[in-house]
Amino acid sequence: MIGVEHYVVVSSILFVLGVLGIFLNRKNVIVLLMAIELILLAVNINLVAFSAFLGDLTGQIFAMFVLTVAAGEAAVGLAILVIYFRGRGSIAVDDVNRMKG
Amino acid sequence: MDWSQSLRLIAPEETITVAGLVLLLVAAWGGDKASRLISILASVVLVGAMVLVAPALCGQAMGPETSAFFGQFKADAFASFAKILIYGSAVITLMLAPRYFERFNSMRAEFPLLVMFASVGMGMMVSATDLLTLYIGLEMMSLASYVMAAILRNDGRSAEAGLKYFVLGSLASGILLFGMSLTYGFAGSTSFAGISAGVSGGLSNGALFGIVFMLAGLAFKISAVPFHMWTPDVYEGAPTPVTTFFATAPKVAGLGLIMRVLLDAFGDQAAAWQQIIVFISLASIVVGALGAIGQKNIKRLMAYSSINNVGFILVGLATATQAGASGMLVYVTIYVAMSVAGFTAILMLKDENGNYVEDVPMLAGLSRTRPAIALALATVMFSLAGIPPLFGFWGKFVVFQAAVQADMLPLAFLGIAASVIGAFYYLKVVKVMYFDEPADVVKGESDIWHKAILTIACVFISPLGYLLTSWLGDTANKATTALFAAL
Repeated sequence: MIGVEHYVVVSSILFVLGVLGIFLNRKNVIVLLMAIELILLAVNINLVAFSAFLGDLTGQIFAMFVLTVAAGEAAVGLAILVIYFRGRGSIAVDDVNRMKG
Repeated sequence: MDWSQSLRLIAPEETITVAGLVLLLVAAWGGDKASRLISILASVVLVGAMVLVAPALCGQAMGPETSAFFGQFKADAFASFAKILIYGSAVITLMLAPRYFERFNSMRAEFPLLVMFASVGMGMMVSATDLLTLYIGLEMMSLASYVMAAILRNDGRSAEAGLKYFVLGSLASGILLFGMSLTYGFAGSTSFAGISAGVSGGLSNGALFGIVFMLAGLAFKISAVPFHMWTPDVYEGAPTPVTTFFATAPKVAGLGLIMRVLLDAFGDQAAAWQQIIVFISLASIVVGALGAIGQKNIKRLMAYSSINNVGFILVGLATATQAGASGMLVYVTIYVAMSVAGFTAILMLKDENGNYVEDVPMLAGLSRTRPAIALALATVMFSLAGIPPLFGFWGKFVVFQAAVQADMLPLAFLGIAASVIGAFYYLKVVKVMYFDEPADVVKGESDIWHKAILTIACVFISPLGYLLTSWLGDTANKATTALFAAL
């Protein structure tokens, strides 16, 4: 029998993978965007699982909102990435270092 | 509760949203030529929204009749207090921005619109009484802010600031969301009233994780330690008017949001989150003070100063009392005035070709070339350090008074001791301006609007500000009474 705790474990693993993806990744900013999506999807699994477990629809509606905002966030992120690339000619994470201190 | 009442309660948000959409069409047709007109109209709309929210503050609005859309949104006196500060900061940003962007030939029509949409989002944040409203408001603010940080498209620093802000901001939103999903699962509801009822029998481990994750996400938005690392880079890289905006409005919104979540939804579980807030607050004070030492760029210095000040504001929250919350509102009002004065003065530092000067050593001898700006910056620095008789001292006084009244003496002692470290770098800026060998770099002329804003903000933070203490205290008390009445 698969209970709600299994879903929470899966979503927690996905969440941790997403956070590690942001901190350990040294290569490419696009990978950071993917890691952020992974975090948001982990949250969605959590919300839908809790919604089914509690018999309360709010969680599923919340998940729809999260999906919508995630789409907007990806659009804004890619737009910023494009102007950044135009100026620097690189999207390597290690090159994002003009300001330090 | 019917729809017409709900729609009446969100009148300020409706006004800004509808006006913003109409102005978006004007921007699409008129192009960048129309940007000055759009800026003026946007300021008028925001001032109109301030007029719309003011009655709730005067009438001490609270209770069920301020609640809209089935408990999703609350237009009470607390929200009005925060919204007046938020819209006011937005108007000041719009007044500062055109002259700065015209220098780079990049005054875009989108900028005033982004400020408007961010203001709507921040208004929703301080009015949110449901995790869903909270999230939508927060993202409306964040998405507009990411674009605003990167709005100087041809400037490498601005694009980098936008990119850093976006990646770390999205991470914070993700952490906050994960916390909200856990809170929803373990408390059984997304509304603050439902959460408060759901955790009334004590916190389960899951709900505790929920609070911790939510606090991490919210601490990022107000740039509190340990989630402050984006602040110096974004403050330095973003165009100065945008930095002014970041240092004022989102701070008010984020603090209002934290107060609502902790004092409303988790008000009965204060023991669980008080220690976290004490840690965040002391860490912010210390890191803000130590990090600023050795900074050469004045915007970076102001970034560390904002981290430091957020720490002091959180001292009020750590008490979890009404006196503490009221002190936070007083402090945040004074802090907004100090930030506006500081960044307006920074905007007025131009060399003879009109380029903006941001290096602290270049300010040497400012007292001789531009005595008025030097005096204003010195006032801001002394006020940020909390040296009496300037008004910045009053903010620190009220939050520490609340901490002492709540028997949190160690917190108050450590906070006051750490504020002495902070005084060091503020005084260093004053020393460079007044006593160093003149560098004679700052020579440019200033805009009349900048002079007016700087004068008003400086009078507010000067000792004359003390005339307002009783009025400010009363208004903050009204606002927090509404916040605590929800319990």
